[in-house]
Amino acid sequence: MSQNIVLKKGLNVPVKGAADLRVSKTVAPAVVAVQPSDFKGLVPRLLVKEGDPVLAGSPVLADKMHSDILFSSPVSGKVKSIVRGDKRKLLAVLIEADEEQKYVDFGKKNPAELSGEEVRKALLESGLWPFFVQRPYGIIADPEAAPKAIFVSAFNTAPLAADTKFCYGDEFNAIQAGVTAVSRIANVHVSVNAEDKEPFCKLENCELHFFKGKHPAGNVGVQISHICPIQKGQTVWTVSLAGLAAIGKLFTKGKVDLRRKVAVCGPMAIDASYLVTYPGTPMTELAPFYGTTGDETRFVSGDVLSGANVGKDGYLRFQDDQVTLIREGVEKELLGWIRPIRYKQFSNDRSYFSWLMPGRTYDMDTNLHGGPRPFLMNDGYYAKVLPMDIYPVFLAKACLAGDIDKMEKFGIYEVLPEDLALCEFIDPSKNNIQDMIAKGIDLMLKEMA
Amino acid sequence: MNPIFEKGGKLYWLHSTIDAFETFLHVPGTVTLKGSHVRDAVDLKRILILVVIAAAPAALFGMWNVGYQHGLAMGQSGIHILEYFWFGFLKVLPLYIVSYLVGLGIEFASSQIRGEEVSEGYLVSGFFIPLIVPVDIPLWMLALAVAFAVIFGKEVFGGTGMNIWNPALLTRAFLFFSYPNYMSGSECWIAFKKGETAVADAFTGATPLALDGAPAQYGTGFWDLFIGTVPGSVGETSVIAILLGAILLLWTGIASWKIMAGCVAGALAVGALGQCAGITDIPCYMQLLYGGFAFGTVFMATDPVTSCQTETGKWIYGVLIGMLCITVRLFNPGYAEGMMLAILLLNTFAPLIDHCVTSAHINRKAKKLKVA
Repeated sequence: MSQNIVLKKGLNVPVKGAADLRVSKTVAPAVVAVQPSDFKGLVPRLLVKEGDPVLAGSPVLADKMHSDILFSSPVSGKVKSIVRGDKRKLLAVLIEADEEQKYVDFGKKNPAELSGEEVRKALLESGLWPFFVQRPYGIIADPEAAPKAIFVSAFNTAPLAADTKFCYGDEFNAIQAGVTAVSRIANVHVSVNAEDKEPFCKLENCELHFFKGKHPAGNVGVQISHICPIQKGQTVWTVSLAGLAAIGKLFTKGKVDLRRKVAVCGPMAIDASYLVTYPGTPMTELAPFYGTTGDETRFVSGDVLSGANVGKDGYLRFQDDQVTLIREGVEKELLGWIRPIRYKQFSNDRSYFSWLMPGRTYDMDTNLHGGPRPFLMNDGYYAKVLPMDIYPVFLAKACLAGDIDKMEKFGIYEVLPEDLALCEFIDPSKNNIQDMIAKGIDLMLKEMA
Repeated sequence: MNPIFEKGGKLYWLHSTIDAFETFLHVPGTVTLKGSHVRDAVDLKRILILVVIAAAPAALFGMWNVGYQHGLAMGQSGIHILEYFWFGFLKVLPLYIVSYLVGLGIEFASSQIRGEEVSEGYLVSGFFIPLIVPVDIPLWMLALAVAFAVIFGKEVFGGTGMNIWNPALLTRAFLFFSYPNYMSGSECWIAFKKGETAVADAFTGATPLALDGAPAQYGTGFWDLFIGTVPGSVGETSVIAILLGAILLLWTGIASWKIMAGCVAGALAVGALGQCAGITDIPCYMQLLYGGFAFGTVFMATDPVTSCQTETGKWIYGVLIGMLCITVRLFNPGYAEGMMLAILLLNTFAPLIDHCVTSAHINRKAKKLKVA
């Protein structure tokens, strides 16, 4: 059964610099990082030491809480160094990649013939388990839990997001194998763009849903809230297309192959296009895209609304298939707010005139465009970009107050910070709403554990 | 910023003030540190300046009207646009100076104490206050009322965005209860020069009115009220000037159309009911033109901080304000105009309305999920 769901609320943030639909480069990075910080709430245990040889798929880290959750190396090579921060906190394991890639052989299997237990075991062993994200809270799924369902978003509406059809269309068979495999664990719901259904509308062994609307219609959290909202005590899992492709290849080829197409985009990107690379690739490998020094550029792994500022020395995060390069907006703007028209700036507010030029894209930078203030506009101002049945300001204030009872009532189980990213974008009071929600979720994790 | 204004510098006590002026001139070069890396170009300064622009027609008309009413009282005729406007401007200017000096002074000081940036909320309140007080109010009284409203209405709650009551209306309520002699009666709504009194015979227009003087306007013609050539507080008389502002506020979405529509609907309903029941013989639509109803509906009830947050709540809040205001007018001839207190009362109850609306929503959602 399929449903058509039209979302009227939302906003497509018109950032300049969309990636051309072509692969301009295949990167074989010299060094690849495995970073615990890519996974929320992970306390890592180190399984390798400097100088150890690893294959693509060999475990590098394990989860201290669930020792069977492993994190594997995306490439074969040698452990170059282990980077630690304050109080010896593990920041990254750097792996020097071989020129010729060698893979751990996990054996080819037909996912349709496996039981749920066998699928779980295979994913845990191979280090692909961390692709499962549990909601509520956005942490790595508990391997012993029985989720109500597994959700996949087959399109991405975030600003300059990688085109899923271009990135994963040619991996359709792997994704189908992945869907079949995870459907052995729980029912799979795949949300497809109603305006561009091919090829994911042909997926089998899952329930298809068709969504139409502006960002955040492609956010899996928003889709879940329209398919079956999460209630207290329930857990659902989500998995990305990149994850499904990797899972599919594990069963069809018997190896861990995390290579993916990554969109390099943004106003600062020269020749914005796609490259094929591994998660953990250093940003310095993107040198042809940022040209000169890259000093005034912010390197965002992910999209500009909820990606991470990884810096020029950072690495592509485990789940991301997009790197956005954007200018640091450190210049002051004379009489900015008082000018009747600011032609170069985008605003969703009617007090500016961006609404007159609907197709235009803007050279956005990281300037805050104002000073932080308490919430002044009321809930409805923010709710117009949030197609979920919740009150965003009430939820944010409950998180600020640390009031667990109210956080539950206002829907903390249904959201991750990324779902409220647009509320943060349009906020004239310049509050860090995503940070408020993240702190609320941390509190829930601490109190409810 | 010069380092002597930074923490540890000699003039650190001026930090918030200097920062306020600097950010007034420039959009600062601060970048996003957390969350969304890009942000919308809009900020509170932009939104609040639009509210001031929206109220400008009412203020400009009000200044002319101050002169016009004075002229009428002196037995003159004609509209003398520039002459009357200049007279009114000179009368209203001191009110603005006092309102902003006292209000912003307290705002700057408390921002410094809290170590925060100065919020621009008072830009709007300070612009409204002279528009809703009698033009001849003694300046020391206004200063006292502004200080009360800003300190006890706003700063003690944590500043702009945290207040329960609309600071401009609180100023007026303070004046109303502390100095009733200056806020009612037949002469307070018309400006006089020192030593002048009305030329009684020549002055046969409506007796003065205002937010609390509506019944005095009964009998005034529709067009006089609509255009606003009647005595009253500075900014509240001209319905057409207020409507111009309403259009801007509604178009930009800063004010809620639900609150405005609710107020009008509530007022019309009670007005019509009163007419049917024989309590009054005034047509219900005239109620929208009397006194401070229009100004209160457009500029005061829609204050996003003190009104209801939820969309359903806005309807309830608006309708109740409209109903309460007209109910007071119909049943209490002694205290004839209820707009100010209707709004302040509903400001008080707005969080309760929101609580009921969100609780009902949560229960409904839970029930729906149980069935599904």
